[in-house]
Amino acid sequence: MVAFGVVLTAVVLAIVLSLPWFPSLASTQAHRIHTLYNVLLIASAPIFSLVATVVIFSVIKFRMRPGEEEKDGPPIHGNTRLEVIWTAAPAALILGLCIYSYTVLRANEDKKAGETLVNVTERQFAFEFSYPQANGKQVVSPVLYLQDNHPYLFHIRSLDVIHSFFVPNFSEKIDAVPGITTDLRVTPTRLGSYPAECTELCGAGHAFMRAEVEVVTPARYQAWLSSQKLNGTPPIGVPPAFAVQPGVPGDSTPSTPPAGTTYSNSRSSHPQTAAK
Amino acid sequence: MTTAPNPGPRLDEQRPTRIPLPAKLRAPGWYRAALFDLIGFGFCFGLVVLIRSLMHEHPIVDGNAITIVSLIGVPLFFLVGLGVADYWFYWAAGKATRPEDHSAHGARTWRDYFRVNTDHKVIGIQYVCTSFFFFLVGGLIAMLMRVELAQPGMNFVTPEEFNGLFSVHATILIFLFVIPVFAGLANFVLPLMIGAPDMAFPRLNALSFWLLPLAGIMMLMSFLAPGGSFASGWTAYAPLSTTMPLGQLFFTIAVQLAGASSIATALNFLVTIITMRAPGMSFFRMPLLVWANFSTSLLVVIATPFIAASQFFVLLDRALGFHFFDAFVGAGKDGNVIMYQHVFWFYSHPAVYIMMLPGFGIISEVLAVKARKPIFGYRMMAFSLLAIVVLGFTVWAHHMFVSGMAAWIRIPMMITTAIISIPTGIKVFSWLATLWKGVLHVDTPMLWALGFLAMFTLGGISGIMLAMIPFDIHVSQTYFIVAHIHYVLFGGSVFTIFAGFYYWFPKMTGRMFDDRLGKWHFWSTFIFFNLTFAPMHLIGIEGMPRRVAEYAEKFATWNLLISISAWMLGLSTLIFIYNVVVSWRGGPRAAPNPWRALTLEWQVSSPPPIFNFDVVPTVVGGPYEYGVPGAVHGIFKPPEEAKPVPAGVGGQTTREHTDHIQ
Repeated sequence: MVAFGVVLTAVVLAIVLSLPWFPSLASTQAHRIHTLYNVLLIASAPIFSLVATVVIFSVIKFRMRPGEEEKDGPPIHGNTRLEVIWTAAPAALILGLCIYSYTVLRANEDKKAGETLVNVTERQFAFEFSYPQANGKQVVSPVLYLQDNHPYLFHIRSLDVIHSFFVPNFSEKIDAVPGITTDLRVTPTRLGSYPAECTELCGAGHAFMRAEVEVVTPARYQAWLSSQKLNGTPPIGVPPAFAVQPGVPGDSTPSTPPAGTTYSNSRSSHPQTAAK
Repeated sequence: MTTAPNPGPRLDEQRPTRIPLPAKLRAPGWYRAALFDLIGFGFCFGLVVLIRSLMHEHPIVDGNAITIVSLIGVPLFFLVGLGVADYWFYWAAGKATRPEDHSAHGARTWRDYFRVNTDHKVIGIQYVCTSFFFFLVGGLIAMLMRVELAQPGMNFVTPEEFNGLFSVHATILIFLFVIPVFAGLANFVLPLMIGAPDMAFPRLNALSFWLLPLAGIMMLMSFLAPGGSFASGWTAYAPLSTTMPLGQLFFTIAVQLAGASSIATALNFLVTIITMRAPGMSFFRMPLLVWANFSTSLLVVIATPFIAASQFFVLLDRALGFHFFDAFVGAGKDGNVIMYQHVFWFYSHPAVYIMMLPGFGIISEVLAVKARKPIFGYRMMAFSLLAIVVLGFTVWAHHMFVSGMAAWIRIPMMITTAIISIPTGIKVFSWLATLWKGVLHVDTPMLWALGFLAMFTLGGISGIMLAMIPFDIHVSQTYFIVAHIHYVLFGGSVFTIFAGFYYWFPKMTGRMFDDRLGKWHFWSTFIFFNLTFAPMHLIGIEGMPRRVAEYAEKFATWNLLISISAWMLGLSTLIFIYNVVVSWRGGPRAAPNPWRALTLEWQVSSPPPIFNFDVVPTVVGGPYEYGVPGAVHGIFKPPEEAKPVPAGVGGQTTREHTDHIQ
């Protein structure tokens, strides 16, 4: 049985560790979280295998045989030593996992030297990215351009209901909450085009609320930035100028929504008017 | 039996005939309920018109306002019309006390199940049948969702309709299936287990039940509302929910009805367990199902008011223009959006345990009886339930790691969430040790219990992963969460529900089920359950968000597999329905104690007599003394004739060394 348990653990581990769980890792944060996930898998596989082994073995070994219809098992009521072990051992394990997770969290979220601020403004059902410039003006873009190997701090706001800002390849997300500004730190490490998704249900167009993220070389980034017009008006506080853009191309972008679908709530998004 | 503890209302009561109405409309029942519905609607209509005209609102007749007021008012009129409150009204009006004639106890025909009945066994069956009806409805809605999700692109419903489908799916299955079906099973079994003739408050019990179908019908009726059904998820996060079309209010108000039902039932269980145990049944002689429902009831009584509060906030915001969750009102921006989530999860995390602890109780009963061994570490099993009750209130914000709340709150919530896995782990390991060296009867209830052990362990493991903040940040609001909650609520709760349903089916119906069909039901469910939900872990980490009607092309293959498995999972339920219907109508008669169990409910006939026990039993030993020679749990003799039997619970003499596990 012990041998069976060890083999099962090895098989389970081999399967779960070889599965392509994560999308391509494109940030330092994603690499740390991927490592954390592998540690969690390694810690979990023996526990599941233990439970499965005992269940399977009990069914095979202790199954009622013909003639045992009236037989009972031995009246074992408990075993203090065993109970202490299976309380203390998992406690030590999860304590270790908590400490490790905390270090990952600090590494991911601590302030980085030289980080660049990007404002993310979300509304039903679109993203808007704005880059504050030295002269107090903004570069506003529906596509998020980031330089490779450069730390970023995002300030995320919502203009209506709760949204979220999630780039699966960065492994980081945070809600966009009406009334407050939330923070997110990401250091992209891989060139490429990635999807940004809204993951908090925000209404009928929620599934189509996507944006494109481009991680580019610093040279291309500078070229892009200097080609942008400076937009003097900060995006918060005024109705965003750009239209809803479902179906921006990207590796996770859904197909174009059917014609005739409108993505506005049938009531105003302003509760005050909704009540009238 | 001449002295019932609680008189029930007489259905054939003679009343003074002041109102010239036919008897059918005067007697409690469906005719009067229909009449009261009309009166109730008229009252709500008149109330709205009166207030609007007094306040010079235009138009005076506003369909929106009338609907909202009617959603609150008409159900109450219906309940009074049906007769749940007759006794209280008579008593309050100072009418003569009517002697109990037990006419409201027991069910002689199927029609009796459609009346207000105060018998806990009838109410238990009413609960179980109603909640399984909503189980089928919720499952059908899930199958419709999987039609839409079988392929990328919008194929079957509009995005609004899809949002409505998953919102109603979750709400129905949480509030109308998992929570009440446990209340129903316990309603039938628990008074029998503790040797009581009924619940402590039989009329309150009836009221609790009748609130449920109203809540369920209201939720389903939201599909007819202008603008479609509520579509902000079962979580109904503000300010999305406060800006939704009218259908949202069907959720907001139906949850109040379901919540009131939960609270009343939980109070009933608490008082019943504390005051109505048979002589000799100390707390540590109670079966673990009773412990589990005691713990669950504590959770319900403390936590449920919080979801009621969260929905009252939404109701006031949505209907009366309050600004609890309006961050953009005026310059002050005084609404607090995140507060909704704190209040909501302060209920809805304990609700996870409300949906799991009764299942733990069921598994303890089934495993001890089917493995023919005492529960390993009985006291630790009871204490771990209480530990979960306490810790369950300290973890709510782990649902909010990406909500934008104060960042430091995440750390203590991660630690408490990790800690709560320890009592849960104790239970799983103790069940495994209970199996060890037993004589396992691997029939249908046992299969479900064993399947539960494996599936719930997977759900628990992904739960611990989710406690780890950095990983949770990556997977929260993705299909990983969908996979996790279905492993916990389907592989966990629903598997225990089936274990308990098959286990007590002979006691509830007096008939045996078809064991072969039961096993087919288990294996088909087990296989397709895993094929449906295991791949969701993968696509979740890969980055597929939940609650979307549309997804990227790269998820298409997995989603097609998931959809096909989900339809097969739905079809496997047909085996269950066929088995139940055929067995209930014409299955072989069940013996009083087909499983050779020790607990009290198996010591009476199947189905039990109307007042449960002809002689009040005396409890003389623990509930799980299998293998102890000559051990009994209860005897049908008065306490003074009871002799102590060997090896009570705790039986230190039989605690063995570790050598039985190698």
